[in-house]
Amino acid sequence: MTIDRNARLREIRNWDDYFHLAIDAPEIGQEARPGQFVMVKVADGPFPLLRRPLSIHDAGANGVELFFKVAGLGTEILSRKKPGDPLDLIGPLGKGFTVTNGMKGKRAFCVGGGRGIAPIYFLARELGARGVQTTVFYGGRRLVDIPLRDKFEKAGIKPLCSTDDGSFGFGGLVTELVGLDLAKTKPDVLYACGPEAMMKTLAALAAKHGVPAEFSLESVMGCGIGACWGCVHRIKNESGDGWTKICEEGPIFPGERILWP
Amino acid sequence: MAMTKKSVDLTADLGFLKLRNPVLAASGTFGYGLEFEPYLDLEKLGGFVVKGLYYKPREGNPPPRLVETASGLINAIGLQGVGVEAFSEKILPELRRLKTAVIVNVCGADDDEYAAVVEYLDKQDGIAAYELNISCPNVKAEGLCPALSPRTTFDLVKRIKAASRRPLITKLSPNVTSIVEIAKAAEEAGTDAIALVNTFLAMALDLETRRPKLRNVFGGLSGPAIKPIALRMVYQVASRVRVPVIGMGGIMTGADALEFLVAGAAAVEVGTANFVDPDAAVRIVAEIESWCEAHGVAAVREIVGTIMVS
Ligand SMILES: Cc1cc2nc3c(=O)[nH]c(=O)nc-3n(C[C@H](O)[C@H](O)[C@H](O)COP(=O)(O)OP(=O)(O)OC[C@H]3O[C@@H](n4cnc5c(N)ncnc54)[C@H](O)[C@@H]3O)c2cc1C
Ligand SMILES: Cc1cc2nc3c(=O)[nH]c(=O)nc-3n(C[C@H](O)[C@H](O)[C@H](O)COP(=O)(O)O)c2cc1C
Ligand code: FES
Repeated sequence: MTIDRNARLREIRNWDDYFHLAIDAPEIGQEARPGQFVMVKVADGPFPLLRRPLSIHDAGANGVELFFKVAGLGTEILSRKKPGDPLDLIGPLGKGFTVTNGMKGKRAFCVGGGRGIAPIYFLARELGARGVQTTVFYGGRRLVDIPLRDKFEKAGIKPLCSTDDGSFGFGGLVTELVGLDLAKTKPDVLYACGPEAMMKTLAALAAKHGVPAEFSLESVMGCGIGACWGCVHRIKNESGDGWTKICEEGPIFPGERILWP
Repeated sequence: MAMTKKSVDLTADLGFLKLRNPVLAASGTFGYGLEFEPYLDLEKLGGFVVKGLYYKPREGNPPPRLVETASGLINAIGLQGVGVEAFSEKILPELRRLKTAVIVNVCGADDDEYAAVVEYLDKQDGIAAYELNISCPNVKAEGLCPALSPRTTFDLVKRIKAASRRPLITKLSPNVTSIVEIAKAAEEAGTDAIALVNTFLAMALDLETRRPKLRNVFGGLSGPAIKPIALRMVYQVASRVRVPVIGMGGIMTGADALEFLVAGAAAVEVGTANFVDPDAAVRIVAEIESWCEAHGVAAVREIVGTIMVS
């Protein structure tokens, strides 16, 4: 974990309300694992006050990439940054998805819904590099909500896409598409990030098919470093069910430990 | 010409406790301290106040627990925490190795629980002082907290002061009609110092859904938004009591901290700023030092209470 106050925006591009940032932040980039996140300062002054949590979309020796949807003032300010602008990031934070060298030859399903696709790209790339047979499911409401299709294809990963309105790929919810595939082939593991309803359905599906699964949880975060106790989610622990800080113990949790609201 | 930089004496004096510098990290915004070790040297702080401790572990409130407002943060964490036993067994041994003042924020659902916390902690080493959080909802008084009346403040402070072997800092709630009256009640009851302010009772709602943004409906407002009100209250209290005052509320910079010192605070606490920059408290110490250098102030203690009111 580093505070990098010398990070710099290298590249920014967008599709509608979705933005992709490539950031020079070598220390964070070298340490980052899929599923981890950064806390990004959005303003120099006191408004907006808090940093915003964003998943690490990809990482390498030079830095990190982020992918986000404008949700309010903080993400809007970030979306107006220009190449060369300084950025202030803390990261990498949290515990990532479980990815091990022993997984070679195994099968993985990776599911991203909307902006939840952000960490799935880094994850799928790392799984691929370890010889894991990876299928990416990418769902959105409409065609404009699944802008990263080309990026996945360029990385040699052909995502199975779905749109709720049927404008591209499978017409319906991404959970239905995953359900159809689960009935055909049973993967060794399933990973997902997206809206809570999507993840809750996937958790039930994975449990039904006996597939171990990991989910990336979200919450409003005050600090990202375990200090404010603001980011809690109901998680099963050895000591019972309690409000657990997702910035510290998560944001990735195994499906069987999550108590969905 | 080589100029030798005159070093500024940063020490602060609370009478019962000498601090390396006047900057403490505020309770509830600094975890149990150790969370911040990756980001700053804890021994560069005047000290820190750990998260509020009840006797038993506490659940806290259901989320959402936080909402950001204009230059502020409303929280309804509900004082989730590990309780005195786990704190003493797992955390305190780690804190003992630090050369910095560790202050424990003491909570209770009624006066008996406050006393039980202090009695338990009195048997543990490595605590510099207690900060009595008199803003805890009281289960026997319809959720009202002792901080709301001079009478309940007096009774609680008196009891805890008598029960404890350590210096006692009483931390006031700003949600009262007369902060000076409450401060005087705490002083009369024998508190060694007064800290203020805790958070301001507040709420935020979502216009489209017409729902409160916090699950708990109400929460406490902190951050830069409250600074002017906090400063006013610290000034009022510091000019009316004899015990040392620790000021806080929206401190983000060295200049903010210095304003509280000028208004009469002997030391300050930094809260919400720790969330924005985990190393904020040490930056604030450095900023205080450079300001003193630039203004020919040899010891930061000299500026305490130097406000010029004609
Ligand atoms: C670990 C983690 C990783 C994340 N990764 C990504 C990512 O890769 N890409 C992406 O687009 N988004 C991501 N998010 C969500 C992102 O943090 C929020 O969209 C962002 O903080 C909103 O800030 P804002 O100022 O733009 O909007 P605000 O004005 O603060 O809020 C707009 C709306 O978003 C809600 N909101 C605020 N903060 C959060 C939050 N932390 N999580 C969920 N909803 C929130 C508010 O309640 C409100 O309804 C992530 C969240 C977490 C916790
Ligand atoms: C998330 C959060 C948790 C807090 N928890 C406590 C607590 O346990 N005990 C306490 O006395 N004050 C608590 N406070 C209040 C702070 O210690 C401080 O009094 C207040 O936030 C004002 O300072 P600031 O504006 O610098 O944050 C908490 C504040 C925040 C934001
Ligand atoms: S965001 Fe502060 S504890 Fe998790």
